[in-house]
Amino acid sequence: MTIATIDGKVVLEAVNKAVEEHGATIDELIPILNDVNRTLGYLPANALDEISRRLRVPKSQLFSVSSFYRMFSTKPRGKHVVQFCESAPCHVVGGRQVWASLLDHLKIGPGETSPDGNWTLITTSCLGVCGVGPVIIIDDDIYGNVAPDQIAEILARYSETRE
Amino acid sequence: MKTYRAMVLVSNDPLSIERGSQQVYTKLTEEIAAYGLQDEISLSMVSDIGRHDAAPLVIVYPDAVIYGPIAPENVHTLVEEHLYKGRVVAGLQAPLKEMTGRIAWLSARKGTLPAEQRIVLERAGLIDPESIEDYIIHDGYAALGKVLGEMKPADVISELEKSGLRGRGGAGFPTGTKWKFVSKADGAQKYVICNADESEPGTFKDRLILEGDPHSIIEAMTIAAYAVGASEGYIYIRGEYTLAQERMHRAIIKAEEMGFLGDQIFGTDFSFNLHIHSGAGAYICGEETALIESIEGKPGIPRARPPFPTTHGLWGKPTLVNNVETLANVPAILRRGAAWYHSFGTPSSPGTKVYTMLGNVNVTGVVEVPMGITLREIIAIYAKGMKKGSSFKLAQTGGSSGSVIPSSLQDTPMDFDSFSKAGVSLGSGALLICDEDTCVVDLAKVLLNFFRVESCGKCNPCRIGTQRAFEILTTITEGQATLNDLDTLLELSSNLAMMSNCGLGQTAGTPLVDILKYFRAEVEAHIRLKVCPAGVCTMKPHVHPEEKVHQHA
Repeated sequence: MTIATIDGKVVLEAVNKAVEEHGATIDELIPILNDVNRTLGYLPANALDEISRRLRVPKSQLFSVSSFYRMFSTKPRGKHVVQFCESAPCHVVGGRQVWASLLDHLKIGPGETSPDGNWTLITTSCLGVCGVGPVIIIDDDIYGNVAPDQIAEILARYSETRE
Repeated sequence: MKTYRAMVLVSNDPLSIERGSQQVYTKLTEEIAAYGLQDEISLSMVSDIGRHDAAPLVIVYPDAVIYGPIAPENVHTLVEEHLYKGRVVAGLQAPLKEMTGRIAWLSARKGTLPAEQRIVLERAGLIDPESIEDYIIHDGYAALGKVLGEMKPADVISELEKSGLRGRGGAGFPTGTKWKFVSKADGAQKYVICNADESEPGTFKDRLILEGDPHSIIEAMTIAAYAVGASEGYIYIRGEYTLAQERMHRAIIKAEEMGFLGDQIFGTDFSFNLHIHSGAGAYICGEETALIESIEGKPGIPRARPPFPTTHGLWGKPTLVNNVETLANVPAILRRGAAWYHSFGTPSSPGTKVYTMLGNVNVTGVVEVPMGITLREIIAIYAKGMKKGSSFKLAQTGGSSGSVIPSSLQDTPMDFDSFSKAGVSLGSGALLICDEDTCVVDLAKVLLNFFRVESCGKCNPCRIGTQRAFEILTTITEGQATLNDLDTLLELSSNLAMMSNCGLGQTAGTPLVDILKYFRAEVEAHIRLKVCPAGVCTMKPHVHPEEKVHQHA
């Protein structure tokens, strides 16, 4: 399997910036991983290698941390990441119908990336915006009070910016 | 860093300038120099501080005395009496009762939501959270000034014990007692941690406090550090709360600049440094030992307890871990006293509780009310009733691990002891209110799916138990279960409660037990009649056992 890898220099820059910002101490590991994951979209193996070297943390620990937390991904994700909240408060106010509509429009299952690399769909636990459920998050944009028939229009906003 | 004995702020908004604040500032500089106080007193201009009725204002810290309106000719008296002799000049103080536009708006709003009592959300939504001056003018950092100026650490803890404040993260442990444990623990290095990993589904009260009033948490943590003898602190904010993290970050910088945080606070020997630590998406990190593991750069897997963090916490050192809402109560208690705090709530659960109202009600959102109010009152008064004339079926309190409350328990007073007597838990304050279109089995399935996904996997009862319970619930929603499966569910719940390592597993079965206790007939209808009374579950057509064997052959 071939996956388009991110240029080594870009990875190094991202790690450098995060380590500089937080300091090379173990209590800053998760904030550093957060920044790198945010910059690169995921945590490539060479980024983990570099962080391991800089913080003097065993690679095993880095892998266990980066695979434990939901916000980290060790695999590349699509251009746009759609997060759907599957917790009870969103569920009881119509979350099921929104989920069905998402599956219908994106034509991928939970955890999958579309073949064209545009979309990744993930389910998540409560995002803390329950007052306006059902909630979906696309990249950094939060959508509340989502109705199933709005999904097409919401997704279209991201398709347009792509061109 | 240079330290000062007192800090003087002069308001410098357009109105204050028009009324001569520049002249007041110049006069203050001269008078302070005349008394030779320029190295002891810092003087600065601040922007709009929201008291237009008394502009221009002069505010003196750490006493938090607000003077206004001040004319250049008042300055001499003010400097001589207050800054030189240390006596408050009562005649020059800004009138207390007159309210600004913004504060008056609060009163109006209070009228529409009867009996709402705001202590922890007192300032949220009323002040500019990015402005430390706004916080200061609304009594901010006055408690810290009082604590560092007049109180010994033991006095702080004893006042907190007297107040009867109990942890608002869910467990309801007496806060003063916890502080005492940490203060008595051996060790030169101690830590204070604010648990802002708010991940309990349906709960977002802590986010509103962090976003709306970040300085209240800084002030409370600094007081806590002084009381227990800590010099370092962490605010662990969940990764998804980026706005809260940014605001808190800027608030820390401002507080350091003004000398409320950092080295030699208020010119005393006490120093406290505060760091923000971001989470990365894991419900389990709200468990205090998992949170500590996470700060140490490891997966959030809870430790065995005891030893408790109060003696063996971060890096093995005594550590105080408090929830955001708990901490937000602290400055108000120390400013106004334990007796004042007891005037709210019930004798065993004094104070207020912040609830998040969710589900099939007309108004969703946050409300802060005295402890002891009933669920029926919350739904009727604050949530403005059930949606579209639908009727109440159940409420789940305290997030996924909370109890399911049927109609018959709606009138139980919501405080720690009344709830535990009724066999339900108050939890984090989430109130998920569901109407008759909610299927209890479907709801339970969603809840168990949550635990199955969020279990850290360390201990078998939790890792396997939540998965099995989810599978059985799925077969019930498909009409494929047997009555024996219900016994298995109860057995799983009791094993989870008894044998799990941490709170996640121990409480995962709570909603299951409640549903089988209050709604057993509805669950059995799925099994006996293959019907979902609420019309939610899509039953698979029934396959006769013999046919099943035949099909597989």
